[in-house]
Amino acid sequence: MVEHRDVRVVYRGGSRINFREPVISNDSRFLLCAAGEFVKVFSTVTEECVHELRGHTDQVTGVLLRPSNHLQVYSCSADGTIRLWDFTDGILIKTYVVGYPIFSIYASPNHNDVVFVVTCVQNDKRAEMFQLVAVRLPRCADQRVDVPDLSAVLSDVSSNPAAVAFGRAGGFLASVKGLQMEIYFFKTSKSSRFFLKEDNKKGGRNTFTCVACHPKDDCVATGHEDGKIRLWRNFNHKKEYTYSILHWHHSAVSAVRFTPEGTNLLSGGVESVLVQWRYNQESQKDFLPRLGAAITHLAVSPDGALFCTSHSDNKITIIQSCVRVSAVIQGLVKGENVRTDLMVDPRSKALVLNGKPGHLQFYSLQRDKLLFNLDVVQQEFIHQSGLEQFQVVRAALDASGSWLATVEERKRDAADLELNLKLWRFDEQTQSFELNTTVAAPHEARITAACFDQAASSRTSTLVTSSRDGRFKAWRLAAPAHTDGDGPSWSCDFVGAYHGLVPGRCCFSADGSLLAVAFREVATVWSAASWELLTTLSQPPGDIRDLCFGRMSGSKYLLGTNENKMLLCWNLLSCSLEWSTSMDVRLLLPDPLSENMAAFCFQDGSTDLFVFGPGEPRPLFSQKAVCSGSVTRAVFAPREAELESCEESSQWLNRSQLYFLTQFMDLLTFSTRAEEEKLMAANKQLVIDDAVAMTPFHLLLGKHRRPEAASGLSAERTPPPHGSPAIKELLQAPAHVLPAASFLCSAFVKSLLVSAAGSSEESRPPEEETESEKEEEESDEETRTRISRPDQESRGARGGREAGGPALTKAQLRELRRIRKLDLGWLAGLMEP
Amino acid sequence: MASFKPTKIPVYPKLGEKITEDTLYWKNYKVPVQIKEFGAVSNIDFSPVAPYNFAVTAFTRIHIYGSFSQEPVKTFTRFKDTAYCGRFRSDGQLLVAGCEDSVVRLFDVSGKVALRMFKGHTKAVHITDFTSDRYQILTGSDDYTCRLWDIPNAVELTSYQEHTDYIRCGVTSKLNRDLFFTGAYDHTLKVFDARTDKSVMSMDHGQPVESLLLYPSEGLLVSAGGRYVKVWDLLKGGQPLVSLKNHHKTITCLALSSNGQRLLSASLDRHVKVYSTTNYKVVHNFDYAAAILSLALAPKDESIVVGMSNSILSIKHRKNPEESKEVTGQQRRRPSYRVFVKGKNYIPKQDDYLVSKSVKQHLAKYDKQLKRFSVSKALDTALETSTRGRKPDIAVAVITELDRRGTLKNALAGRDEEQLSRLLNFLMGG
Repeated sequence: MVEHRDVRVVYRGGSRINFREPVISNDSRFLLCAAGEFVKVFSTVTEECVHELRGHTDQVTGVLLRPSNHLQVYSCSADGTIRLWDFTDGILIKTYVVGYPIFSIYASPNHNDVVFVVTCVQNDKRAEMFQLVAVRLPRCADQRVDVPDLSAVLSDVSSNPAAVAFGRAGGFLASVKGLQMEIYFFKTSKSSRFFLKEDNKKGGRNTFTCVACHPKDDCVATGHEDGKIRLWRNFNHKKEYTYSILHWHHSAVSAVRFTPEGTNLLSGGVESVLVQWRYNQESQKDFLPRLGAAITHLAVSPDGALFCTSHSDNKITIIQSCVRVSAVIQGLVKGENVRTDLMVDPRSKALVLNGKPGHLQFYSLQRDKLLFNLDVVQQEFIHQSGLEQFQVVRAALDASGSWLATVEERKRDAADLELNLKLWRFDEQTQSFELNTTVAAPHEARITAACFDQAASSRTSTLVTSSRDGRFKAWRLAAPAHTDGDGPSWSCDFVGAYHGLVPGRCCFSADGSLLAVAFREVATVWSAASWELLTTLSQPPGDIRDLCFGRMSGSKYLLGTNENKMLLCWNLLSCSLEWSTSMDVRLLLPDPLSENMAAFCFQDGSTDLFVFGPGEPRPLFSQKAVCSGSVTRAVFAPREAELESCEESSQWLNRSQLYFLTQFMDLLTFSTRAEEEKLMAANKQLVIDDAVAMTPFHLLLGKHRRPEAASGLSAERTPPPHGSPAIKELLQAPAHVLPAASFLCSAFVKSLLVSAAGSSEESRPPEEETESEKEEEESDEETRTRISRPDQESRGARGGREAGGPALTKAQLRELRRIRKLDLGWLAGLMEP
Repeated sequence: MASFKPTKIPVYPKLGEKITEDTLYWKNYKVPVQIKEFGAVSNIDFSPVAPYNFAVTAFTRIHIYGSFSQEPVKTFTRFKDTAYCGRFRSDGQLLVAGCEDSVVRLFDVSGKVALRMFKGHTKAVHITDFTSDRYQILTGSDDYTCRLWDIPNAVELTSYQEHTDYIRCGVTSKLNRDLFFTGAYDHTLKVFDARTDKSVMSMDHGQPVESLLLYPSEGLLVSAGGRYVKVWDLLKGGQPLVSLKNHHKTITCLALSSNGQRLLSASLDRHVKVYSTTNYKVVHNFDYAAAILSLALAPKDESIVVGMSNSILSIKHRKNPEESKEVTGQQRRRPSYRVFVKGKNYIPKQDDYLVSKSVKQHLAKYDKQLKRFSVSKALDTALETSTRGRKPDIAVAVITELDRRGTLKNALAGRDEEQLSRLLNFLMGG
């Protein structure tokens, strides 16, 4: 990123949360998953994102609960580091630098302070080889630790994280790759290998896909390409191993997992059905069908109360152990490409694009959360590879957001194209879109563009669709022609063509009076009221790629880009070319709230952005190399509150924000410095607020405490009695952990007395006063956080007590807090005076 | 966990079943009254004066029905053979009818015995009519001649032998006492003037002409023959105006609605079609049980009377406005809706705890089978329900769904003859 710039490109959410298997915390309250460069902590109850653990500089490739402390979590990343986090507070505790990109992380219960990671084999550039490495994490106090201690365990493993599993009590390790399974026994440091034939007679594919080990039994379950699950037993003896086959899935099993007690085996695959097999009674199965998309990962909470499944549509489903869905965490669905344009719903200000097959997703940009999926096709989705499904290819929203037009198509090789145009009306009561009109086969060939008249007037708007069949059609809402009709429906108003050429882009002027349709290299301008061809504009050679009218003060201009790498601007009053410039513009879009236009130009493998007004010769803003590769889609989203930025280069971002999708389907945006500062300030506040769960205790004590803290800061500062934290602790600690009352009594009474040394305020040195003030604040903050987690209480207090010495930093304090278990060290402080 | 999405049954727009002013108008008739006659009903004629009785010619009898009675108020049985074309005079007092035995009989509507018998034709007389001056009778016969008779003297006035085949239809002008029109199986229509001894105009219909109709203005003549209805402009010397081909069997009868805005044609294909006379498009269609031989509309379209080849006479009366209102009122009162919504519109109070109850999704049988991936069974069920309930769209939707799932082959595989024939029956629309 460019530092000196006021405007910079930032990554805006929408990352894959189904990249790696999620992790559920011990108390089943939180779910952690890798999401791009972050680790996201979700609440399993509310589905909200509680924290984002930021720190990695590359894709996070694995999340693992720390076996020795269930409130901490390891994460590994392709940047070659393992980081240890406190996920309840969202704090980075330690960074271990391994130095090689890590692909997955495992831990075994009987190896303390050792994690196993899969890394790429070094010194071997030509072939991708992965090896499983044991990493001994050094104990030391530094924030950032280099890990010197790597020892290879298995040399040839699969990069798939599901292909490695640790067996009963960490005694052995099972790894599958291709057609072989390798089981490594830690005790003997020997491994035994099992091979399957490539194909059996029935044409089944025996390749291993995933592995899981029974927690209580010497049994390994493996999933295969052909949908079989094999249960391997007796593998300790190389010759006498046995396996049994479970077959329900019709295509590859992508995940198998045992429940913590080992009573059930879960499996999932492309069918998007979660199958629960009873261990040892495999004929009994439970199914959870129609989970929405192919299951990619499975996870079970340590207490077995919750399961969760990751799906290929960027979704995590949380399932109770009685096989009922309890929550769904849905990220931005990214198909292989966005066929519809990016749009912003004027009502919810959500980004609208196609997501799941046959659905349109509404994605909140502010909250980075999927609001809802609109089922456009309304057909049962069959989870089977190689099946042609209906796809939503075009969508358009009108200016007020009350009408939505969608085009779905399905192309089969033998038969002709199936096309449906659907018009949806926004229903105020149900707050969702309801189908109003379905037009089967609106055109004879593919629809290339669909747009609504964007004039914000009360009259019903017009929809224009243009198609490869050489025609464009205008659709209008009409009163029913027959008396039996139950409301107005849309019907074709006009069919236009121009010399048999194929129409491309079409767009309406801002006031809705003109329609411009591009026919190859000719831009035709039509009157929307009478459907008369008013004028034609052309600048050969090169077909017109993009076309749009200027807005507001630039409304007399029509801008176009063509294949000949030209950006053209016609003046509609004189019907002549105003200016043109040579640029390979891939995407041209107008800002609906100002007269600015944004043009994304592709040059030398990266994309440049120019923002300009159509009437001005100088661009308002330009940035080279916004991202690598070409920008496929972009949209101006209106801001909730207008920014008042006075710097010229960022003024264009005042009213709306520019979002764009890159080739790799990353959602990026531009943010200004002013905005970032605001965000930072807001974040700080949020962190404090978030740290305290709204428990009944917080309601009782939190309120009580805040004015106290405020009074502590106020002008008349009474010094707290010496050892007040200890007294507080004494009063708060449960009675059964305290020493005998007779033992404490004298000390307690003594502590209430004002000591002779610090009797008056004046005698205190000022710096000590501020110190104690800080201490007061800190301890206050800690007690607040403590309330929800009683087991941390004493540690927190201990830390607070220790903070009396100014030498310890805040980070060290936290470290101490984590390390020391429940003890009564504070009593010493009480006894001292 | 999302619930199973049931198969979408697409709603296809019903072509020709659009509800227009016409459909509302022509559907506003009561359930037809059906009367069994003694033979095929060959002609129906409404009396031009109130109470608008109508004469039904069937086999050897002519029955006169009152507008609301289902029993004939009068019967003429004095025919030796099949009677044809019983028609009222414009004052409703006299009735004329032809007969297979070539004798034309004139009756007093209140009497029983024929007042006059006109003998002279040598073959069956299929067409009789009064001229507009009420003193003469036009007849047309299978002996290729059409004649004019004087009523008081019962003598033949003129005879025209210009047609070269059976004369099966004819009308007299209501405005001019000398003009009349005939159509014959020699494909021609001829216009005669009694003051001349030859036809004044001749038009070629191209098919044996079965029925003729004159517009009230008498500027246009409509002829029906074969599958065609043709409209001729008489003022332009018999120039063809339109040719309509909407039936798929011979058209037997034509009628005009009372305001002259709609033309009706009845055919052996069991349909009556209603055309707009402004653009000659079909605006409505009636379906009957058997081939239609005759059709008549009461003044003000109060009833539609249709005679069929299976000797059934079907009478449809228009619904009274009060009656139709009453029906809707009853419908509104019928269900005690409150019973069904009892407790469902209860608004919970602020501190009520809502226990949400999962609503059980009801799936059709084929959907349940699709959910279980038993595709053959689903196809069977869909075929069965659609043939039983006459809803082919269900089977079509299930077949498309199976195709979408890529399992249509599996669903069709391994079927025996009986199952296959059921499937083929469905596909061929049997």
